[in-house]
Amino acid sequence: MKIGALKETAEGEARVAITPSSAAHLQKLGYDVVVETGAGAKSGFSDEDYRAAGVEIADDSGTLVDEADIVARVRQPSGDEIRRMRQGQTLISFFYPGQSAELLEVAKDQGINAIAMDMVPRISRAQKMDALSSMANIAGYRSVIEAANNFGRFFTGQVTAAGKVPPAKVLVVGAGVAGLAAIGTATSLGAQVYAFDVRPEVAEQIESMGAEFVFLDFEDTTTDGAETGGYAAPSSPEFREKQLEKFRELAPQMDVVITTALIPGRDAPVLWTKDMVEAMKPGSVIVDLAAEKGGNCELTQADQRIVSDNGVIIIGYTDFASRMGAQASELYGNNIRHFMADLTPEKDGQVNHNMDDDVIRGATVTHGGEITYPPPKPKVAAIAAKPREKKKEPTPEERRAAEVAAFKKETQSQIMMLAVGGVLLLLIGMIAPPSFMAHFIVFVLACFVGFKVIWNVAHSLHTPLMAITNAISSIIILGALMQIGSGSWLVVLLGALAVLMAGVNIFGGFLVTRRMLAMFQKS
Amino acid sequence: MEYGFTTAAYVVAAILFILSLGGLSGQESAKRAIWYGIVGMALAVLATLFGPGSGNWLVSVIMIAIGGAIGYVVAKRVQMTEMPQLVAAMHSLVGLAAVFVGFNAQLELGRVMRAMAEGTAHTFRGFAEVLTHKTAAEINMLQIEVFLGVFIGAVTFTGSIVAFGKLAGRVDGKPRKLPGGQMLNAGAAALSLILGILYVADLGPAMFWLLLIAVAAGFIGWHLIMGIGGADMPVVVSMLNSYSGWAAAAIGFTLSNDLLIVTGALVGSSGAILSYIMCKAMNRNFVSVILGGFGGEQGPAAEIEGEQVAIDEGGVANALNEADSVIIVPGYGMAVAQAQGAVSELVRKLRAAGKEVRFAIHPVAGRLPGHMNVLLAEAKVPYDIVLEMDEINEDFPSTDVVIVIGSNDIVNPAAQDDPNSPIAGMPVLEVWKAKNVFVSKRGQGTGYSGIENPLFFKENTRMFYGDAKDSLNKLLPLID
Repeated sequence: MKIGALKETAEGEARVAITPSSAAHLQKLGYDVVVETGAGAKSGFSDEDYRAAGVEIADDSGTLVDEADIVARVRQPSGDEIRRMRQGQTLISFFYPGQSAELLEVAKDQGINAIAMDMVPRISRAQKMDALSSMANIAGYRSVIEAANNFGRFFTGQVTAAGKVPPAKVLVVGAGVAGLAAIGTATSLGAQVYAFDVRPEVAEQIESMGAEFVFLDFEDTTTDGAETGGYAAPSSPEFREKQLEKFRELAPQMDVVITTALIPGRDAPVLWTKDMVEAMKPGSVIVDLAAEKGGNCELTQADQRIVSDNGVIIIGYTDFASRMGAQASELYGNNIRHFMADLTPEKDGQVNHNMDDDVIRGATVTHGGEITYPPPKPKVAAIAAKPREKKKEPTPEERRAAEVAAFKKETQSQIMMLAVGGVLLLLIGMIAPPSFMAHFIVFVLACFVGFKVIWNVAHSLHTPLMAITNAISSIIILGALMQIGSGSWLVVLLGALAVLMAGVNIFGGFLVTRRMLAMFQKS
Repeated sequence: MEYGFTTAAYVVAAILFILSLGGLSGQESAKRAIWYGIVGMALAVLATLFGPGSGNWLVSVIMIAIGGAIGYVVAKRVQMTEMPQLVAAMHSLVGLAAVFVGFNAQLELGRVMRAMAEGTAHTFRGFAEVLTHKTAAEINMLQIEVFLGVFIGAVTFTGSIVAFGKLAGRVDGKPRKLPGGQMLNAGAAALSLILGILYVADLGPAMFWLLLIAVAAGFIGWHLIMGIGGADMPVVVSMLNSYSGWAAAAIGFTLSNDLLIVTGALVGSSGAILSYIMCKAMNRNFVSVILGGFGGEQGPAAEIEGEQVAIDEGGVANALNEADSVIIVPGYGMAVAQAQGAVSELVRKLRAAGKEVRFAIHPVAGRLPGHMNVLLAEAKVPYDIVLEMDEINEDFPSTDVVIVIGSNDIVNPAAQDDPNSPIAGMPVLEVWKAKNVFVSKRGQGTGYSGIENPLFFKENTRMFYGDAKDSLNKLLPLID
């Protein structure tokens, strides 16, 4: 079958759904790949690059849609674009079925199988095709870059000959994928980062990225993030009040605020009100990653960079991912080809649209002339996010103290054992005849040597050790040999049998050990 | 020991044995170590044959030759997967030999005592001659030693036979006990002690008491090991290994033979340490393992939610082809299915594709300490990619794919998460932290210990049902 990538029609969209490198993987799955001319130009992939990867170039979108069995793109298509497709064709793109009921109807009437990359379930197995996450990651990174670009100061604190520079204070609201990426980027630029999220269980993730979790003292039956597929759920009005109060308190201190709070299928919650903007210092920057859904900041205007009356810059771009076209295309292309890999279990270039598969079922919004959105609940619950107790790192002093204590304990136990052993030996010496004691000393020393030697034996050689000790334990043959020559027929018989058995053991044990050891080899 | 030559040979042999065990600290030096052991043994046997106190040359040599031939054939034929039962079977031989030597000592003692009473003792040669020089206290001591040697030897003998049966699958692996349980063992032990006192005190027929002691000890060995489940066999085998050593040492005292004492002590302490290591790896008390079954019930184990999701070889192959790092966790199931060759082939292919492939070996994987290492070595898996639990446990979170082949309890997360689990606290391989886990397993059963494994229900776990060898052979052609 043939898979094709359309050139994006949206203004300023730089991404493309198939890159030369992802095309190679698709070809491995058995597909022929076709790309509309100029589709990758804005991401830095020329038609030549595609041809070099064995990709066909289609002259316009019409030819491509006619030729391809599967049409891949980035942005949600328009109704007209879907009407150009034919029955049984597969479409892979962002779709937002929750907000696009009409588009769903069109897709259904057209009889296409539409797969929404934004509907891929958030389970571990599907992470590699989770385009929302990969795009959010880029957006988070880019948001910090945009903020730094607009912020007239350093992010990092410095003490220079010309004066001391305090580090910028960055607040990240919403610690999803984008928020965490923003935290990571901001900390690596040297800023002092604070982060807030309504899901208390992400505190650990926030701290792991190097930010400080803004703790909200609020008793509430917060829903477990894992139940909602790792996304935030709307919070109660009381909680919201408390939250805004905290933000109001933080606003005057913050130099940069990055808001990423989104609730699936709803408008973005307003978290950064007008009065908070007014409380901020002039020159501060707000980057609103939720601008497309109305914005977390009250003043945000989608796709605009505005400056408030008190000199706060508010950035409401909605195309952060597209602003890093090459990177975004690379990751989105990989998401698509991973999805295709799941659709093509036989690797024969034929789509097997298995509606029993949780991931495929979840992402498919129309199939066989029917709307299949919303999908049933997946069989496996989403990301498990149990709060884990934090283990405290011992300080060097504590560690030193622990070492000293361990040393003391070891010394004590050794002295104890020596004392007990000595007393026992003395007691035995008092009653046993001297000839016994001579042998007994040999015995004790041998035990001691044995203990010292065996501890050094490698774990992997425990079986050969058993085989060799087994062979050696047939030293009992000496006893039989010494007795076989003296005494009655019964003694001779028993002795002979003992020699026989020990003989089996000696040869069997050593040979088998040799066989085993000969097999161990280095690569 | 009149002959200085014999004593000198014994000293050399003892040193060689110590070097032989010490050489097992590394794979390369181990190849040398085995020769130390062989030379030491040859030296000891020759020195004894030529030394004082031996006779009946012809019988000795013929018997050694026959025994050697049997040993040679067995060692050549045995398969590496059958190593546990072979080791157990050989322990039983040592145990029985110790019992016989103990009997002989008593028979000789009886004869010497009678002769001394008649005043004809000077005609004795060999071992009997040694006996004639002993004082009354020494004779008592000797009888205690004979008692110990026979008792330990008999326990080793029957215990090893049962262990052999369980490992070879000829006896049911589940713990079995006669009604009365541990009380029967305690009774038999008390009986042996009483008989032992009667025997040492020379009350009644000494030889008969000794026979009865052997029977009672044999019962203890049989009943004790019958009561221990198959999963605990690594501890049992090393324990029996230890016993065979102690029996040899006790006999060494009887015969005043220092080499026997030294070697017995070496073997005994080696087995004891191995048992200790195995117990520690299972977080169990040695006593609780020996008394059989799992420790006391601490409440109901946590309910497991979710379902086991199956996957076919295509799915596993896809994941493997895309993975960069793979860890394989083998267990007893790999040995049962004889799948080590297929595993080795899989590793070769994956490594040829530039992936990082390693093995994680739990100390009690298999039925013998180090069992898995030997099987993998047989299949020509390089030993430097075979790692111990402590070396690799931290790497699981950064691993793409983990393949669990026929192991169960050693990868059970309940040991960490569920304080009510029978194996709570046992150190386990944290495979569930990897991105994908595939479990090759025959069916949905719970395995040897009968404990449910929540790993199989985790969302990043897929069950790859079927015989391990067949499954892997189906998987192999799908790996590029």
